[in-house]
Amino acid sequence: MIKFIFKAILRDKNRSLLPIIVVAIGVFLTVSLSGYLNGALGDMIDLTAKFQTGHVKVMSKAYAENIDQMPNDLALLNIEKLHKELRDEFPDYTWVNRIKFGGIIDVPNKNGMPKGQGPALGMAIELFSKSSGESKRLNLVNSLVEGRLPEESGEVLIGFEFADKLGVKLGEELTFMGSTMNGSMAFAVFKISGMIRFGVSAMNKSTIIIDFTDAQQILDMADGTGEILGFYEDEVFIKKQAQAMQELFNAKHLNNLDKYAPIMKTLGEQNSMGTYLNLIDSVSFLFIFIFVLIMSIVLWNTGLIGGLRRYQEFGIRLALGEEKSHIYKTMIYEAVLIGIIGSVIGTILGIIVTLLMQKYGIDISGMIKDATMIMPTIIKSKFTPELLYIGFVPGLVAMVIGNMLSGIGIYKRETASLFKELEV
Amino acid sequence: MKYFILLILVVLLLIPIQAQDAIDILKKVDANMSSDTRITKSNMLIYGQRNSRTVTSIGYSESNKKSFSEYLAPKREKGTKMLKLDDYLWVYSPSTDRIIQLSGHMLKQSLMGSDLSYKDMMENRKLTDMYNAEIVGNDTIENRRVFVIQLTAKIEDVSYFSRKLWIDQERFIPLKQELYAKSGQLLKRIILSDIKLIDGRWYPTKMNYKDMLKNGKGTDFVIIDIKFNIDIPAHIFSKAILKK
Repeated sequence: MIKFIFKAILRDKNRSLLPIIVVAIGVFLTVSLSGYLNGALGDMIDLTAKFQTGHVKVMSKAYAENIDQMPNDLALLNIEKLHKELRDEFPDYTWVNRIKFGGIIDVPNKNGMPKGQGPALGMAIELFSKSSGESKRLNLVNSLVEGRLPEESGEVLIGFEFADKLGVKLGEELTFMGSTMNGSMAFAVFKISGMIRFGVSAMNKSTIIIDFTDAQQILDMADGTGEILGFYEDEVFIKKQAQAMQELFNAKHLNNLDKYAPIMKTLGEQNSMGTYLNLIDSVSFLFIFIFVLIMSIVLWNTGLIGGLRRYQEFGIRLALGEEKSHIYKTMIYEAVLIGIIGSVIGTILGIIVTLLMQKYGIDISGMIKDATMIMPTIIKSKFTPELLYIGFVPGLVAMVIGNMLSGIGIYKRETASLFKELEV
Repeated sequence: MKYFILLILVVLLLIPIQAQDAIDILKKVDANMSSDTRITKSNMLIYGQRNSRTVTSIGYSESNKKSFSEYLAPKREKGTKMLKLDDYLWVYSPSTDRIIQLSGHMLKQSLMGSDLSYKDMMENRKLTDMYNAEIVGNDTIENRRVFVIQLTAKIEDVSYFSRKLWIDQERFIPLKQELYAKSGQLLKRIILSDIKLIDGRWYPTKMNYKDMLKNGKGTDFVIIDIKFNIDIPAHIFSKAILKK
């Protein structure tokens, strides 16, 4: 029977084409928008993890309590020993040092007056260490607008908009003035090796990047660091695993009451990311639920109309002696097949668009020009295995429900009055 | 009714008398605390989170417009110089041989990680030039009777919109100051002690500045030597001195 119904669908395009198109469009929208939403929200997590939180982060307890102030006076010391402990106990993670610092960048003119000056946010990362993978993780090479990465001490990367504001070019020098870990004045002269476009508008305007060893020397942080970030292999954040590791690490240092004792926090516990992660789950679910509901109503309506349009056909079939339950079953099978065909087409189209958007994305930099929060400037989709079947919920289920409801009318038909209805 | 009007007149008369007393007190304080020129050698004890350090400096100032200081110790700070002319501050770093000019809100930044700002360090204006004053009470600090005086800014260009001073009734020296923002937020507290008679004036040789927005013990500013109203060569307040 299914083969028969399938042939009927293919042959009678008047009856099947419109529902298939409607289902395909609905499924396409569901799949592509789900992919885009996953990508957008996932990108923000990924970016935050790479630039700020890591999958886990180790800091001193005092630093963790005041983290927004970048309190390098509360930094971790004796980090060589701590790193050994982390590598031995958690070998699946890559552990990298980072120091965040603030200060003033000054560029003088030939008369010694400031040509350009502005507050700077500094990031010190392990640029010279090949095993850290920091250059690749932060996508620095691909983000270079001009120049190259620092290769020796005293070189700096600067946000391209920051360089423009200061009026400096590649190869020129700038002076940094800040505070050491102990509060003394810190001065350093850097040579610009490269200008960089961060994926974040706010960082383009105020950020400099130097090597971690330079920062240790300038800020008097020998064998010290502000933060140790941990990234799981393949750079994929796995919440449960991170939490388990955190519990293990913190339990080990629980009895150490020193305010400079290390503490580990997961991505979800930093920068309100926990709330954000829960929000993503809720928003994703809500979005998909609402969208599926809307599409279901549309496709239910399609199913209803389809059923109502065939009023006369059902009347003839009943008059010819076909059983009501049989007609009803064939209706449902047709709806299933149309739903499957439409869902497959819609899913294929949706995945094609998702993969394209995953590669190219949508550039929203113009919309967030003056943003000060960390947001990616190009929003990309993300393909997940769920996209292969999520479209079938509105495409198949709603279609079938619509036909089931419209088919109830079949049972109300009275054989005795059929000929009158058919106006024979 | 007559007595009521009389009472109001007496109160109205008393107010300017009290204000006059407050101004007189403030003038006596200015006579002790301000000078046309001064040369100060001092230690600044900065109590950090992990450790404390002492920064020694020598400073020259002329009115409230010109100020120069050179840091003598410890090794990291040695040779750092600061020159303030009007509202501009130049900082010289010997390690980089660079001069950086600061101005505006940057002068409110912490000096050397202490609880003083650059502006605090270089402020030398008379209180009577900046504030209106009112006596709000009396108190005792360290067994010394003090006037409690409330100051409110009468000009725009002040670091602290209002101040509360506890002024020694005998020596006319503030023993305690509270510095407030316009919102009423307490920003700093200064405890002045070790009052000595120098060149015919009473002067506090130890001041503890406490930034009330931060934790910690604050910063002790201890004067080792101070000279008032002596001639300071003009070249001390020129930019050429920074790289000398």
